[in-house]
Amino acid sequence: MTVTEQAAPARTHASTLKATDVVVEFPVGRGQKVHAVSGVSLEVPPGTTLGILGESGCGKSTIGRALIQLPPPDSGSVRLGDLELTELGSRDLRRARARMQIIMQDPVSALNPRRKVKDLVWEGRSIWGHDGETPKEVLVDDMLRSVGLDPEAVRDKHPHELSGGQCQRVCIARALMMDPEVLICDEPVSSLDVSVQAQILNLLETSARSFGLSMVFIAHDVSVVKNISDQVMVMYLGKACEVVPSDEMHRTSVHPYTRLLLASIPGEPQDHPHAQQVSVELPSPLDPPSGCRFRTRCPIATDRCAAEEPRMREIAPGHTVACHHVAVGAGK
Amino acid sequence: MTAPLLEVDDLHTTFRTPRGAMRAVDGVSLSLAAGETLGIVGESGSGKSVLGRTIMGLITNGPTTEVTGSVRLAGVDVHGVKPAGRRELWGTTVAMVFQDPMTSLNPVKRVGLHLTESLRLHKGLSKGAARERAVELLRQVGIPEPARRAGQYPHELSGGMRQRVVIAMALACDPQLLIADEPTTALDVTVQKQILDLLQSLAERLHMATILVSHDLGTVAGRTDRVAVMYAGRVAESAGTDAVFGTPRHPYSQALIESIPSIESRPHSLLATIEGSPPNMLAPPAGCRFAARCRYAVDRCRVEAPALEPRGAAAGSVVACHFPLTAPLHHQHQEVGA
Repeated sequence: MTVTEQAAPARTHASTLKATDVVVEFPVGRGQKVHAVSGVSLEVPPGTTLGILGESGCGKSTIGRALIQLPPPDSGSVRLGDLELTELGSRDLRRARARMQIIMQDPVSALNPRRKVKDLVWEGRSIWGHDGETPKEVLVDDMLRSVGLDPEAVRDKHPHELSGGQCQRVCIARALMMDPEVLICDEPVSSLDVSVQAQILNLLETSARSFGLSMVFIAHDVSVVKNISDQVMVMYLGKACEVVPSDEMHRTSVHPYTRLLLASIPGEPQDHPHAQQVSVELPSPLDPPSGCRFRTRCPIATDRCAAEEPRMREIAPGHTVACHHVAVGAGK
Repeated sequence: MTAPLLEVDDLHTTFRTPRGAMRAVDGVSLSLAAGETLGIVGESGSGKSVLGRTIMGLITNGPTTEVTGSVRLAGVDVHGVKPAGRRELWGTTVAMVFQDPMTSLNPVKRVGLHLTESLRLHKGLSKGAARERAVELLRQVGIPEPARRAGQYPHELSGGMRQRVVIAMALACDPQLLIADEPTTALDVTVQKQILDLLQSLAERLHMATILVSHDLGTVAGRTDRVAVMYAGRVAESAGTDAVFGTPRHPYSQALIESIPSIESRPHSLLATIEGSPPNMLAPPAGCRFAARCRYAVDRCRVEAPALEPRGAAAGSVVACHFPLTAPLHHQHQEVGA
């Protein structure tokens, strides 16, 4: 597969995506709330990829959706460049959303089954208007080619006639057609087979480069996230545990939960002292533990972890961790 | 030498569909000794789950299904006996663990009842003795407070706990063979490891043969004695686990292993991919089924189907390829733009 750069020139957008203290809570009745995301901050510099790693229920998808205001966070700020997204009215928000696109986990249900591929890819542009010289058909064909699909073969097909991998390519083409600055990928390869997963990961990697995209890549697979990201944020029960440069993360990460995730990779040795876990049950997000939320499964938890919530602090350049028991410089 | 526990000979499972015959399993032979572990890996549609279910006898001859070839399990022809004879085998000789633990459990029955049911039926235990044994089984699969858990309903348990209950059910009547069909796919990564560790230690302790069916090569690596790689209804390669992962001989196994990102590889490195998609099983191609996607394929591969043969490697290692690979695998990924 060759990725051509016909559809858009290589360039880098200038806007940084920045979220500060984002809180998302869902009421579940009887005055109870699911604390899905509890004060998470992140920053995605232009042209870079932030990976968000965590198990089900950790809030990784919720934060991804909060970034594009689907739904907007209950408190906290999300800024794209100079634009504060949480304060925009619905009209301005719609305009801002065109600059951010999302790719979902299940590509088949993300596409309208009654529409043809060419219309699906063009949908966003037909809403926002097309003022260029190049005819629509040419742009759609170019885009299909650039995501590795043969326009002749797929242009007039419906989603059910395509494989899962092909549908995910259509979703990517649809997102790129809007020429976004930020692409949010929510588990884009979890429902795909191993060989197709590699094709889609390569496509996202090369597209991010040639379209100058910033990406937020959400997944539960450590190796996949590491492979595509510049920085990796590890989340547990709605909180960020650690933000670590991806390059050497399998050696430098220090949070006990990150170590547990790394030790869970099949075939990896469990030599790190923090790799063991104590209890198997995930605490309820309705009533998360006091202090450090990981303490109930943590092998090195002490009384202090129950009483005092650990703050995110920098232990090495670009490497922050929220744990009382990690010394500055430990990530070296 | 004693007869193997399981002998599968030239097994074909064909589903008659309105669009034609679909050969989900198309000529698979394998054998498994007592206490041995076998991994069956393949992508969706490769026939791995259908193979597991045909071995178990859950899929058998019927109005829309045709099974030919033979499955001999502990001396019994699974597809030759009457349905009552097959039911005798289930639980006591062969048991199965499915992918989704929630749908394997009856939501309106307590956990304990799932276990006592087969104990009373197959082992003839009294109510009290079955209950005691059920609690013991729950303890064996690592469930804390087993007596209290036995009185709970499935929805009160987490996904990992439910899968432990399903494993306890499978073990209730001391089967000689356990077939685990994607036992951890529905579970979180940290729980996945616990369940796989549990299955491995139980198999060793109880001297139980295990077939681990999975799409994830990582779950099979290091946990099985042998691996069979399936592609489009056939076994592409079958050999010792270390041999398959170290020196894969079939181009498909090689490509599959190479396409998995490694935690050791540098960020932004491009992965090796297998171009194209698996063949349509309603009209599989002549010749080698992988030929269309194989980087080494020549004209002969497209006309003549390769047989599954030893082709000069160590004992117990077979490959279905005209030109088996010999070089050990290197995990090298190309850097983007480098």
